[in-house]
Amino acid sequence: MNQDQSPWRYAVNIGLIGALTVVMLSLIGMVESFSKRDIIYRVVTMGNTLLLLTAIFLSYLAAKKAGREHAATAVGSAILTAVITAAGVALLVAIGKTINLRMVFINASPVLYQILTFYIGPKGIPLVLLGGLLSGLAAGLLFLAPPSIRKTIITALSAVVIAGVLQDMLRPVIALWGPLAKINLFLFAANGLSIKGAIGLFVVVAILVYVWGQKGSAVKTKVQGLPAGQQRNLKLASMLVLAFILLVLPKILGLFLSEVLTIVGLYVLLGLGLNIVVGFAGLLDLGYVAFFAVGSYVVAILTSPELGFFSMNFWTALPFVIAAGILSGVLLGVPVLKMRGDYLAIATLGFGEIIRILVLSDWLRPWIGGAQGIGQIPNISIAGYTFTTPQQVYYFILAGCLLVGFISWRLRDSRLGRAWMAVREDEDVAQAMGINLVATKLMAFATGAGFSALSGAIFATKIGSVYPHSFNVIVSINIICLIIVGGMGSIPGVIVGAFALVGLPELLREFAEFRLLVYGAALVAMMLLKPEGLWPDVKRRRELHIDEDENVAEAEEATVSA
Amino acid sequence: MAMLEVEGLHTYYGHIHALKDVSVNVEEGEIVTIIGANGAGKSTMLKTTSGLLKPRKGSIRLNGEDLTQLRAHKIVEKGVVQVPEGRRIFGTLTVMENLDMGAFISKDTQKNKENLDRVLQLFPRLKERSKQVAGTLSGGEQQMLAMGRALMTEPKMLLLDEPSMGLAPVLVDDIFDTIRQLHDAGTTILLVEQNARIALQVASRGYVLQSGSVVLSDTAENLEKNEMVREAYLGE
Ligand SMILES: Nc1ncnc2c1ncn2[C@@H]1O[C@H](COP(=O)(O)OP(=O)(O)OP(=O)(O)O)[C@@H](O)[C@H]1O
Ligand SMILES: [Mg+2]
Repeated sequence: MNQDQSPWRYAVNIGLIGALTVVMLSLIGMVESFSKRDIIYRVVTMGNTLLLLTAIFLSYLAAKKAGREHAATAVGSAILTAVITAAGVALLVAIGKTINLRMVFINASPVLYQILTFYIGPKGIPLVLLGGLLSGLAAGLLFLAPPSIRKTIITALSAVVIAGVLQDMLRPVIALWGPLAKINLFLFAANGLSIKGAIGLFVVVAILVYVWGQKGSAVKTKVQGLPAGQQRNLKLASMLVLAFILLVLPKILGLFLSEVLTIVGLYVLLGLGLNIVVGFAGLLDLGYVAFFAVGSYVVAILTSPELGFFSMNFWTALPFVIAAGILSGVLLGVPVLKMRGDYLAIATLGFGEIIRILVLSDWLRPWIGGAQGIGQIPNISIAGYTFTTPQQVYYFILAGCLLVGFISWRLRDSRLGRAWMAVREDEDVAQAMGINLVATKLMAFATGAGFSALSGAIFATKIGSVYPHSFNVIVSINIICLIIVGGMGSIPGVIVGAFALVGLPELLREFAEFRLLVYGAALVAMMLLKPEGLWPDVKRRRELHIDEDENVAEAEEATVSA
Repeated sequence: MAMLEVEGLHTYYGHIHALKDVSVNVEEGEIVTIIGANGAGKSTMLKTTSGLLKPRKGSIRLNGEDLTQLRAHKIVEKGVVQVPEGRRIFGTLTVMENLDMGAFISKDTQKNKENLDRVLQLFPRLKERSKQVAGTLSGGEQQMLAMGRALMTEPKMLLLDEPSMGLAPVLVDDIFDTIRQLHDAGTTILLVEQNARIALQVASRGYVLQSGSVVLSDTAENLEKNEMVREAYLGE
């Protein structure tokens, strides 16, 4: 973006981008499909919200460009942007009503036009423009508001939108809370939040955020002022609370959400493994799913009575699974030792495909089942207790995540972790400091592959069968994406990323056709707005914000290490 | 027998023949410089010595021990440490973290502490800025940090690749003062420079590298007087 562009010019430009965006969102059917779900019953649908957010976000950017010193210009350009965006909708309706766009755009249905014009038809066009004007005004004022108020409003509104979007998940969960289940009656209507529920939620969240904003830093400094012993106790107490929550989670969430949690957990496991390769050692591995496949197939071959080779139990098979994972990691690692960056990415991509095609092949069919895969993989059991339902499997995956998370965390600060960091930053310098490049890289591949094979084994026993099509390259891409969105090299980032990119789409299954689009948009938005990720590693943050205030980085480090 | 004996080195980048029969000797306690224009092969020579590149022919010996086939990290363990061209510090780490990374191979914490004190004494500027993120240091400070990091292993022999690159004259003088101090403390130094004038001032002997071959080698004094050197490298 050109720095010395006038704010008005900029407002027009991103307004046009906004117009294109909303027209595209409408024509691909996203608006219509999202309109089936109300955020607030009979007032706002998810479809409206989508368009509204586009307009508000872009006009906020326009206001930001003008700057706080020029209040009038800021509000003006925000309104300009939003009105241009709304004009995109208006134009679409006008054109769509005169010529039949359906020949080309299958989603340009009469229903769409009804939705876009508040169910009034072409006469609603002025209303659309007015809506644009108001959202621009709102964005402009929001920008001018003091930060504490802005944060309060944004968070409270987000809470309302999230509660609306996730209504189908929240309702049954709250219903399980015994006497508290009455909240449902207050909060929700037939479809979406009730008006009083939405207002109530907004007010409660706003108060909480505002109070925390005023008092939060005081509480933090107070905690930091406590003697070390008490601080440790406090930390211990919060850990215990967290552990308790993790333990009762499947009881609170019920069957479906526990299933979602187990899937997220598997991706956390995979993400932690790949995070070592990509985040710690900086080796872009796109064939990571191969090790997942190796783990799944090894456990299947060793445990499934269907094949009748070994029929081991999970625990006897586990060492073989990990060994096979590590071995295949080294096997991939050796030929690509000299490669970096994009070459490495392509070579590993090829490796992933080789494994998938191998398991699919007729040649290996007698041993690993070809396209039909392998079934009858027994569940995992410890001392007579078998993990069968998602709620039970959850505990097993949780234990796996904790273990792997702990290992990752220890590795990061270890000698090996420092060697990975050095290799990631500069291979030549790393060597000039006496780091064994070959061993360091192979250790990264091997460790990552071991974790991946472990997740593969858990996955196979959870599903009870393995099929080649589970090991598509898209799995590797998903994992890379969740690492990027969470924050490269950051362990909590992997968890956040897995919830955002795996958990959320599972909850929004009915919109699955737009999943990749949302993925792409989320990645682009991330790269523009928060390239370091949602929960970045301290050092990565520094890399991208090196010109900013040093004290910020130091203060953050202090809180992280505290 | 010289401390470092490089004999008949041939190094290639694919088909590019970057070093052609290069031989260089460095005696214990000496500063030896290799001067040459851009692309002459100076960095290639240092990288081959430190094991980052493998020669196709020739040998590298340290105190009689053959290093030619050793991998780079093994050569560091033998006490030959390179400071790469262009201040390649870890920009996202703090100054202190960079120095810690320098001591990677040594697990002797007592010794590391002593080395750290020595380095901070040599570069008081680094001490003042020990908590600063290295990427925000000035160019001169970054060069100091790169050298300090290499010194954390207590090398017997330091390979310096163009320490003066891109620095203001005052800073160049500072850096070269430090090089003299290191030399006085007994470190053997092989110094690669484009800035021939200052390199020949600190070195006792020098080699002139041209298109991958050594075309001249003599004491620093004689090189400074040499007609060809004066014309081509001292700009007179
Ligand atoms: N990685 C590489 N691949 C191919 N050719 C290279 C590579 N690195 C260097 N060269 C070539 O080898 C020759 C010697 O390069 P070298 O870097 O050793 O020069 P130098 O004397 O250090 O120059 P400068 O003073 O600019 O640092 C040059 O012709 C250069 O183009
Ligand atoms: Mg060079």
